[in-house]
Amino acid sequence: MKPGHGEVLLTEGDPQVREEQERLVQEFRRQLDEGMWAAVPTENAGSGRREAQMVRDYSEIPPEAERVIFFPRAAGG
Amino acid sequence: MLLALLVLALIAATLAAPVVARAVSGRARSFGEGSGRERAAPGIGYDPGRERRAEQRARQLLRSCVNDEEWGMYRDLGFIRVDGKKRPERRATDRADTSRQDAAGPAPYAYLVYPHKPILAYVPESGQLLSEYCVEFPDLTGAGATRLPASDDVLAKWMALTSDESRVIGRANMHLVGRQLDPSRVRRDLWRLSEWERRGNHGSIEARRA
Repeated sequence: MKPGHGEVLLTEGDPQVREEQERLVQEFRRQLDEGMWAAVPTENAGSGRREAQMVRDYSEIPPEAERVIFFPRAAGG
Repeated sequence: MLLALLVLALIAATLAAPVVARAVSGRARSFGEGSGRERAAPGIGYDPGRERRAEQRARQLLRSCVNDEEWGMYRDLGFIRVDGKKRPERRATDRADTSRQDAAGPAPYAYLVYPHKPILAYVPESGQLLSEYCVEFPDLTGAGATRLPASDDVLAKWMALTSDESRVIGRANMHLVGRQLDPSRVRRDLWRLSEWERRGNHGSIEARRA
């Protein structure tokens, strides 16, 4: 999510392919270095309800995740 | 007599003409300055078309992330309710008996998430308004002149609350209800929400459209 633009695709790739995974990791770190928060939309296995999972490291991304959403970190308004 | 009235009308028209002319020219200048300000707006990065497209994309993204019920709520009412995750402390002996109720029972408190407005905490059972949490997701690019589209703002709050409630609430500025949100309007929204839920309106508009 980018202020003034909405959703912007940063990069995409197959995490199973090494070169593509490196690109994904690099972009992930770049976004966090810029101060963004990263979240993965998930579905609770028990209740079936959707929620989000905040991830602080690439390794925390669930293997089945299809996307990671970056958004500006929250601040007091 | 008729000639006298005609002359009088002509004199009145002649005297009034400069006044009318000043009024018309003043309004035209005013219009011109107003238009000038509006034209100047794109210079600082505002583009209505881009904003509209961004909001359309944001709505699609929001819909793809939240539950159907939450999407219907936002589409029909303009806000989303998110249940609070923190449960009251229980004694160890009570936990076993009530664990099943906790999983299915109503949350002790919940939030109303509005676009570009504070998050409101309240008690669903009684309707008591607790507090408002002012939180925003500022532009980190340095320009600082733009903000997230409305639906992205709701999604950001939803993701933050459902994933790490303590973190986002801890960063927010807490105020009593009434600082930015009108309590009477919030109570009306809660009534609208209860009516919406009572009617089981989830997806009703789409059903009608179909």
